[in-house]
Amino acid sequence: MEAKKSFSDSSDFRRESRFSNLVQLVKNPLGLIGLIIVIAIVSSAICADWIAPYDYKAFDIKARLSGPTWDHLLGTDNLGRDTLSRSLYGGRVALSVALISVSLSLVIGLFLGMLAGYGPRRLDSLLVLIFDSIRAFPTIMFALAVITIVGPSLNTVIAVVVITTVPGYARIARTQTLALKHTEFILAERSLGAKPIRVMFSHIVPNVIAPLLILASMDIPVVITIEAGLSFLGLGVKPPTASWGSILNLGYSFIRDTPWMVIAGGVPLILTTLGFTFLGEALRDVFDPKLKKD
Amino acid sequence: MLIYIIKRIFLAVLIVCVAMLLLLSAIHLVPGDPAGVALGPRATPEMREAFRVRMGLDQPFIIQYVKFLANVVTGDLGVDVWSNKPVSSIIGAQVPHTLRLTLLGLGWAVIVGIPLGCWSSIRPNSWIDRIVGLISVSAIAVPSFIIAVYSLLLFTVTLRWFPAIGAGDKGDPWDQFMHLVLPSFAIGLGWVGYLARLVRASMLETMGENHIRMARAYGLPTAKITYVYALKLAILPTVALLGVGVGGLLSGAVFAEIVFARPGIGKLVYDAVMTRNYPIVMGGVLVTTILYAASTLISDLITAALDPRVRENL
Repeated sequence: MEAKKSFSDSSDFRRESRFSNLVQLVKNPLGLIGLIIVIAIVSSAICADWIAPYDYKAFDIKARLSGPTWDHLLGTDNLGRDTLSRSLYGGRVALSVALISVSLSLVIGLFLGMLAGYGPRRLDSLLVLIFDSIRAFPTIMFALAVITIVGPSLNTVIAVVVITTVPGYARIARTQTLALKHTEFILAERSLGAKPIRVMFSHIVPNVIAPLLILASMDIPVVITIEAGLSFLGLGVKPPTASWGSILNLGYSFIRDTPWMVIAGGVPLILTTLGFTFLGEALRDVFDPKLKKD
Repeated sequence: MLIYIIKRIFLAVLIVCVAMLLLLSAIHLVPGDPAGVALGPRATPEMREAFRVRMGLDQPFIIQYVKFLANVVTGDLGVDVWSNKPVSSIIGAQVPHTLRLTLLGLGWAVIVGIPLGCWSSIRPNSWIDRIVGLISVSAIAVPSFIIAVYSLLLFTVTLRWFPAIGAGDKGDPWDQFMHLVLPSFAIGLGWVGYLARLVRASMLETMGENHIRMARAYGLPTAKITYVYALKLAILPTVALLGVGVGGLLSGAVFAEIVFARPGIGKLVYDAVMTRNYPIVMGGVLVTTILYAASTLISDLITAALDPRVRENL
């Protein structure tokens, strides 16, 4: 009876602490603003099919380069395509690229970082040297070099983002693994005969995943920026796919005719990066106050 | 200190070499064919073969890499596909433009960002501190190429206060400066935010230390304590970050040069990507990587000169 009571107490406590994290997040005004923006952007990207007034590649050549009208709330581009609709669909590209590449980086970085931390010393030095060398490139220059060879596409963008962001995850995973490697519970597990794979995946992963998830949430705006930047240079999505970067690219070409395309491509991009940054910082403050110093 | 300098320089050279090895092997491994990419789909097999021989792509990978490094050491980066001029002189002509832009961007970020960080650290959690914090986060979050495009829209297209195309008249420093204002504003803005935050955080840490409390107890003026005693210590992590910052600024400079149609490495490499001019792209990537490595090297050496503890850790 007594044991049962204490068990239910502890589960209550756990529920309360989870709840209080959320309360803390919402109490932070920037966190709340970030959360609202992120929810709005994500839902408008998911619902683009229903809420966009036009197809993103539908032409209306008579109404080209128009300013805002009741028919086209954010005006049209040089082919008479509705900028609002293109902007809504552009959110899909930005968010899916961010989601895919951040998850890939996280998984690969986690794996390589654990390998470096847990594996033999030589492998560790080699991997660290490779990570440092990847960080030695200015990101955009690396992207330009890869694109010259492979040709521009969304997959190239994802590959570039993954390669340049993996070292960040791997470094954290490696440091944490090195710290855990000689703790008593890992030694105990190993002396019971656990194989390295088991130690890594069932004991080290749960202990290193939290800071990696925080880094991932803070990397989302960075990745969105890289995709938009490359698409802005005409090296990301292929036309007629709409991305905030490609809308900006067209808007930049016609900047002396109409400011509306630049506004429609840039403002959602600014809002999204701000929203994710505010949310990421609030999450970090709530879940890992130790990281705050960096 | 001498041992540290030698070790650190060796590390910088090693990292640049490994970085280029990674890049070349990535190019080697991907299914695309540089000759096909450079010459376009209509090239005949003979033309492709000739291109491969001319660029040394027909040789084994290791030989290509060693030759590449040997050529780099002698300052030979190959010849431009289109004009047959040496790549090193084409890039060399653009480096000063990019350096000027990067340094001016960094310069105004340092001049504004560091005092801003000090200022907000004097009264932590006051409304000044909160506003500075909010502005810093926003400045960091907004992509610099958006700032470039919007400042072009506002100050060049709409208000016509600043010129956009080119780097300005060669003999007219004022004209050149006017051409630099908007691009350096755009690439430096994010760094104002970074520096303000970083300086604030390390100031707050330093302010709690004994010698600062001692200075306070002696009744020294707050301004002197903040800007002389505390800043001297709190500036260390900032110096270390500035070197890394140059890498970000170089990326930003690529966009700023394209948006404002300025000459520079970024514009050069971008145009080369568009015309599939492989040697220029590789040379540009190499030169920017070296610039980046050099700037982290310099900031690390300055940090080591200021802080003996750092020297022990390499």
